[in-house]
Amino acid sequence: MSTLTTQDTFDVLLESAPQNFSALRAAGKEHYQAAGLPAAKAEEYKFTAITKKLEKSISDFRAASPFSISQNQITESTFKGFDGYTLVFSNGKFLPELSSQIDGIQVSSLDDSTEELGTIAKAEKDAFAALNQASFSEGISIKVPKKVQVDKPILLLSFNQSHVGQVITPRFWIEVGDFAEVTFIDQSVGLGNDSYFINKVVEVKGGINSQINYYRLQHEGDQVIEVSNIETDVQADARFTSVNISLSGDMVRNNLSLNLLGSNCEGNMYGIYLLNGKTHVDNHTNVDHTIPHAESNELYKGIFDGQSRGVFNGKIFVRQDAQKTNAFQQNNNVLLSEDAIVNTKPQLEIWADDVKCSHGCTVGQLDEEALFYMQARGIEKTLAKGLLLYAFVGEVLEKIEDESFKNHVVGLIQNRLGSKF
Amino acid sequence: MLTIKNLHASVDGTPILRGINLEVKAGEVHAIMGPNGSGKSTLASVLAGREEYEVTEGEVIFQGKDLLEMAPEDRAREGVFLAFQYPVEIPGVSSTNFLRTALNQVREYRGQEPLDAVKFLSLMKEKMKLVEIDQKLLSRSLNEGFSGGEKKRNEIFQMAMLEPTLSILDETDSGLDIDALRIVSNGVNQLKSDKNATIVVTHYQRLLDYIVPDYVHVLYKGRIVKSGTKELALELEEKGYDWIKEEVDSATV
Repeated sequence: MSTLTTQDTFDVLLESAPQNFSALRAAGKEHYQAAGLPAAKAEEYKFTAITKKLEKSISDFRAASPFSISQNQITESTFKGFDGYTLVFSNGKFLPELSSQIDGIQVSSLDDSTEELGTIAKAEKDAFAALNQASFSEGISIKVPKKVQVDKPILLLSFNQSHVGQVITPRFWIEVGDFAEVTFIDQSVGLGNDSYFINKVVEVKGGINSQINYYRLQHEGDQVIEVSNIETDVQADARFTSVNISLSGDMVRNNLSLNLLGSNCEGNMYGIYLLNGKTHVDNHTNVDHTIPHAESNELYKGIFDGQSRGVFNGKIFVRQDAQKTNAFQQNNNVLLSEDAIVNTKPQLEIWADDVKCSHGCTVGQLDEEALFYMQARGIEKTLAKGLLLYAFVGEVLEKIEDESFKNHVVGLIQNRLGSKF
Repeated sequence: MLTIKNLHASVDGTPILRGINLEVKAGEVHAIMGPNGSGKSTLASVLAGREEYEVTEGEVIFQGKDLLEMAPEDRAREGVFLAFQYPVEIPGVSSTNFLRTALNQVREYRGQEPLDAVKFLSLMKEKMKLVEIDQKLLSRSLNEGFSGGEKKRNEIFQMAMLEPTLSILDETDSGLDIDALRIVSNGVNQLKSDKNATIVVTHYQRLLDYIVPDYVHVLYKGRIVKSGTKELALELEEKGYDWIKEEVDSATV
């Protein structure tokens, strides 16, 4: 019954959606209404009671309006040492006047964009992707032409704020031409202490032999409820790498999907959860090997303190034609408190017979013997703990190629672990 | 330097140490021997501050301070060093980084300036020679994938770096071949001075050919049942532990 209430409530959002993209929105609405919000026992959302959470925390199911942002706020929110381009968003609306001009790249609102919207992150796959497609307010289209190597990373800096617990629906369309190279850093800044709901969709269309890094930092504050669908098509000889760092939030669900569509391509999914309090983060990843000779690597590491909760679900799909696939998946977790919970589930479906696939997941506690060893050498217990935990996630941090972003994340993690070293 | 009085300790309610008395002075080398399960490693662990062991009675005074009151890290900073029987592998932390952190924590406790990278490196190079350890090994994750001998050499290397007042070597010899044993013992002997002391915990006499003890104590059922000089170790080597067991067991009946 309660599910219906929420669905009705989202109707307000649907009714007030902009008039453009009418066919696309209508299709989204149809899929959303057919699927409905996840019921309590829905398999895909089994451990993440997002519907209940929304009912409890969101009071006004309308779109949160954009608000003004000062240059000062942008400077303050840009991490130290960052050398790159910044694209600024306010509650999902792109603010060109506050954003960098990037030569040789086409950055525009979605209105000018492609007819292909919704062809990668398909509305029928997820109720929230459908809801986004029906109701996105404003978004952005970024097109990197063929053979262009973007010289510096592009920071997608989103400011979010809502006083009454409203809904923010960002949508990014990213197109990277053949042989082009680009690094994105997706970072949100939460202002104020009120709850809001972000329902985000990012579609990345990569070209042949393209090289794309998509780094994401979720460190917005504990008022945010977020569902994101990030999906990418990876073509032949191309490489796509996602690094997702989750440090805070109320309830966060990340759906990340890689479609490996051309031979000799590589898809990488890396992530860190470092949570405390009552933060709940759910990483659902999906990699679809459709062709022979492709490789996917996945490594997520989690540290859970307080009453935090983590969910990892890693799906690897190897289709019958996808011979000579290399697919690796690993999820390791450390629980620091008795009240923290993690649910981890690898899910491999392999139809081809000549493949190399491996997966593994572990849930454990901090290695007490290692801790004692370090103390016995004179290292204070908190520092020893920090060093051990930092070493635990270090393998993932190494995957971040942009030094300034890496240093920023390292700093945040060291702070959280209570020690600098 | 170290005075152990009537030390009792238990694990999960089972008494392991049942009244240890021992006096160690600066410049001395003490060997603690005994059959398996006699409490040798427990004694070493209790001195280093391992949490699983509960001290139920007795006291340990180290350079005038109550050792049992201190956290493990403070014992290390005060100058107690335990060379582990099973050195721990720590993935993701290089030996170099680990030691630099440890050394600077110890220095900070003693009110000394932290060593900068250059000074640390030159100190490291100097101490590396003692145990013939390769720098490449030290840039790798701590003990990860090290051979048994490399792990034990790394223990003695750490000891050399931290310059402890009291070193406790827990079964440092077990599993070592003769060459490795010679290297490790040589390192220990070079670190010996009239200002520090060493407690060698071992099951076998072999090590004591290389690290010559001033005193040999035999531990059995959680007590020191016999003390002597290095000749006692040779006697044990020849006759085994059974005669001591019989002596003790008949006396207590």
